[in-house]
Amino acid sequence: MIAATQENIGMLLALYNRMVMIRAFEESAIELFAKGLITGSTHPCIGQEAIPVGACSALEPDDLVLATYRGHGAAIAKGADPRYLMAELLTRTTGCCKGRGGSMHLCDKEKGFLGTNAIVAAHIPIAGGVALSCKLRKTRQVVLCFFGDGASCEGEFFETLNMSALWKVPLVFICENNGYAISVPTSASQATPDIADRARGFGIPAVSIDGNDVLEVRARTSAAVAHARQGYGPFMIECKTVRWERHSAFSAGRYENPEEAQRWKKVDPIPRFAQRLLEMGATVEQLNTEEVVARAAIQQAVEFAMDSPLPEPESVYEGIFAKPGT
Amino acid sequence: MAVMTMREAINQAIREEMQRQPELVLLGQDIGAYGGTFGVYRGLFEEFGPERVRDGPLCESATVGFGLGLAISGMRAVVELEFMDFVTLAMDQIVNQAAKMHYFLGGQVTVPLVIRTPIVSRMGMGPQHSQSLEAWFMHVPGLKIAIPSNAFDAKGLMKTALREQNPVLFIENVKLYGTKTEVPEEEYFIPFGQARILRPGKDVTLVAISGTVPEALAAAEQLERDGISVEVIDPRSLSPFDTAMLVGSLQRTGRMVITHDAYRTCGVAAEISQRMMEEAFDYLNAPITRVTGLDVPIPSGHLHVTVVPDQNRIASAIRGLMS
Repeated sequence: MIAATQENIGMLLALYNRMVMIRAFEESAIELFAKGLITGSTHPCIGQEAIPVGACSALEPDDLVLATYRGHGAAIAKGADPRYLMAELLTRTTGCCKGRGGSMHLCDKEKGFLGTNAIVAAHIPIAGGVALSCKLRKTRQVVLCFFGDGASCEGEFFETLNMSALWKVPLVFICENNGYAISVPTSASQATPDIADRARGFGIPAVSIDGNDVLEVRARTSAAVAHARQGYGPFMIECKTVRWERHSAFSAGRYENPEEAQRWKKVDPIPRFAQRLLEMGATVEQLNTEEVVARAAIQQAVEFAMDSPLPEPESVYEGIFAKPGT
Repeated sequence: MAVMTMREAINQAIREEMQRQPELVLLGQDIGAYGGTFGVYRGLFEEFGPERVRDGPLCESATVGFGLGLAISGMRAVVELEFMDFVTLAMDQIVNQAAKMHYFLGGQVTVPLVIRTPIVSRMGMGPQHSQSLEAWFMHVPGLKIAIPSNAFDAKGLMKTALREQNPVLFIENVKLYGTKTEVPEEEYFIPFGQARILRPGKDVTLVAISGTVPEALAAAEQLERDGISVEVIDPRSLSPFDTAMLVGSLQRTGRMVITHDAYRTCGVAAEISQRMMEEAFDYLNAPITRVTGLDVPIPSGHLHVTVVPDQNRIASAIRGLMS
């Protein structure tokens, strides 16, 4: 486990900053959706911030990440600028995908964030192909693929477990097991309690961990990334967490067991990490500063997005095909 | 000028580009030493090895997904789907992912991915191995579709496909693999969106796609003896589509018959017909006629010949139009 040196405190405070930033981003997204400023839908990851922040903190800057429609947190954790992400949620021309993708399609290639995807599990084999590319080009990059418990029931998940193990590609599967696929609880969808067991069935080493402990996620991912980078093939980390909010801001009702939600709020990863940081020597002032800075960044992101223009109607035909030479 | 089969022409195009582009990788099943289901890859495994000619497990969806992942991260991939019917197993990766990714990610990635698949419409292989499903993909923005009918076109179109930065569905036809044409020794490219007049004529325009092309040419031959001059046009690619050449031909002939092996309802012929209505209605001397596969599950064995158009059905439709 990480020693509480002053140097480490700085790094750990940066993780805290990112977690708060994601929380604030998602709270703003819900608010903007309620005001009718986000059309379509938006899928918050409130309560799950420890997973993307912990996992992405274990990567080198040029490592690559693919994630799901509930992937705002992964994008921020990989270093994407929240201004361009928020502008994308509001489908403005300044958005990271030029206002074409919206909440479910975020991307920042420069930062190694190769996109979120709105079809459950479809990005998993794509991540496998990206990892194969890294292996064939001998770049020593590792690919992280976030997915949920719902995706773990899709055929493409199993196909990719097989192919990635067969070809020993540098791919780390990060399962965000938040207990629900829209309204269906894992008790009604999973034949075995641990999704990690499925990876083991393909000879892929796997662990099931507390996904609300950012340092645990970070430590386990570091080991998995080292395994993949050394050429030993894929690894799976199943992070058990809980979805606080509805499936999406668009969803009709609350499906979760309210008692369970209350139970999980007690293990909110952000105050839990704050407590840990205080025990490790951080000060209340330091935590407050990080919180203020992170929330200010998101406030600026919202203002930037709101001030940005919407795309012109005639631009709808632009960018269907890449032009020659691109 | 060498004479070669369409199978050899496709093979040659891929071999040349594999030699030129070290980042080009082939994915599929039975593509290694076996040489591809219908032998298109013969010799490639021996020349380029298992890293680049990658035999893989039977999972069409993840195979296309891996190909797409390679394509968006500095490589180029060709995925072979063994029969066109099997596209159903990879529809999401083709339709929701490959076709749209450049657009929905705001141009941050390009998708140099070719999906090759053969139509096996004329071999009596039954309802799950005989379908011509090209219309499904013409319906989807973001895909390019090549559908050659001879060796010359197949090589030039495959060369173009392998330099594309966009996903290409490359539809072949098993019945045509063994047919031969001249193929130039020097390198050449056929752009997408350019149809080709295979036989000039003045009385009727006959648009033929993939497996119906030899039947269309035979029908034209047959009709010439009756004094009917038929212009046979092969669109060669469906997306983009050369509407202009068809309009030009229709302006000269005043009549059009469209033939394909695919099902009649919502087939490519319906789309072509509507485009002609929109752009050349005033030139029509007769209604546009379709000669297509029947709207039935394609039966195994001998009965399949009833389903796909032959030269007599095509000729009879044209005679009906002329009388």
